[in-house]
Amino acid sequence: MVLINWLVAFGKYLQMLGRVFRRPDRMRMFLRKFYAEVFQLGIDSISIVLVISLFIGAVICIQFKMNIQSSWMPAWVPGYASREIMLLEFSSSIMCLILSGKVGSNIASELGTMRVTQQIDALDIMGVNSANYLILPKVAALVTIMPVLVTLSVAAGILGAYTIVYIGHIGTVRDLTIGMQYSFNQWFFWMGVIKAMFFGFLITTIASYYGYNVKGGSVEVGKASTNAVVTSSILILVTDTFLTQLLS
Amino acid sequence: MIELKSINKSFEDKQVLNNVNCLFENSKTNLIIGRSGSGKTVLMNCIVGLIQPDSGEIRYDGKNMLSFSKQETFQLRRQMGMLFQGSALFDSMTVLENVMFPLDMFSTDSYKDRMRRAQFCLDRVNLSDAGNKLPGELSGGMQKRAAIARAISMQPKYLFCDEPNSGLDPKTSIVIDKLIQEITRENEMTTIINTHDMNSVMGIGENIVFLYHGEKEWQGSKDDIMSSPNKRLNDFIFASDFSKRLREVNEE
Repeated sequence: MVLINWLVAFGKYLQMLGRVFRRPDRMRMFLRKFYAEVFQLGIDSISIVLVISLFIGAVICIQFKMNIQSSWMPAWVPGYASREIMLLEFSSSIMCLILSGKVGSNIASELGTMRVTQQIDALDIMGVNSANYLILPKVAALVTIMPVLVTLSVAAGILGAYTIVYIGHIGTVRDLTIGMQYSFNQWFFWMGVIKAMFFGFLITTIASYYGYNVKGGSVEVGKASTNAVVTSSILILVTDTFLTQLLS
Repeated sequence: MIELKSINKSFEDKQVLNNVNCLFENSKTNLIIGRSGSGKTVLMNCIVGLIQPDSGEIRYDGKNMLSFSKQETFQLRRQMGMLFQGSALFDSMTVLENVMFPLDMFSTDSYKDRMRRAQFCLDRVNLSDAGNKLPGELSGGMQKRAAIARAISMQPKYLFCDEPNSGLDPKTSIVIDKLIQEITRENEMTTIINTHDMNSVMGIGENIVFLYHGEKEWQGSKDDIMSSPNKRLNDFIFASDFSKRLREVNEE
């Protein structure tokens, strides 16, 4: 029964995507909405991404320096590890898990409220493809802004590591810099960007699916918001496994 | 003109609409009335295409909507305006942006012309000064008027109003009713109003369809109601002491 429900939901999700990925009725309206979503979903998320990345970068550096480093390990390892963790996992996968909470619940509750207050019905009655008008700009905006968020996250993480080394006196800036520059593989950055763009797509489409299909009232909007976050978080983790294998 | 032929709709085991046949005429205020749960909203949603009936035909000027392609349905919907029970104004937009929305979406007119049309619609519903306000800053009656302005901005052929007076005081309800009636006549639209407000029925009911447990029980004008022998209709219309007294006075 669970499997059948899951398949039905997946079928509806694909049907919704079929309605979303159409040519917009009016490109002018799409672009207007796209810019608004870039600000709402992307620019408004920069502060949380910066704060979390800054502290995680610092904490990774502390953990390696204080708890993992031993006499047989070179002094540059904390810098190296901080960079690699930020590039490979944190700035793409973990940051997207955080964004699925912030952006996913935002999208699901916005669309859910529009559904229960008949605003989506109003769009349909006007002859507007409501799924396309409401969801496509969100998907396009988050996927577009993701490389920027990943770059900022990596930069903030590295800054956090430098800050803690400098302020906390847990090592030298020189050792950290050597570690940061050691055996740098540019592909790791692009791998993070590709993964994050894929996760951005998952976050927006899954949250939109739950919000767009709400039936009932405010309680259901709340449930949709929770379900959107839970489902997208699980799917981010599952697809992360496959994508990492595929891109490595 | 909208014609319904043998409309049936059920949800799981419950038959909500049972063989509904009726005609909604042009330039008239057509009312669907009935008790809560009688199937009014489901019928309205079937007519506008938000719900697919199980069987039957919904004919818009002779063409069955249920056999339309997606493109034809979109085309038809662009000739529809709808006033929802809760107004359904886009709360992230100002009133003017709400009214301009259908024009921005579908009109090929210049920005100046679209703005002029939106302002005309706001003037028509006496909301000239509310253009820059957000829907949340308006009273219930003003929200309804803004929703009417949005519904008529594209000069639709068909106007649908779902419980236009719900949550409004009697005086504001009369204003909304009169506005709908005037707009219907001015633009020669086919207007269907879903209501259980007796003031609306007796005020603007030019063609009234009475639903009872999902079936069309009676059809006529407001003038026919007073003389109708239909017991179910009389029980519904004259349910309150006030209306019973009114009938007694009328009979005397």
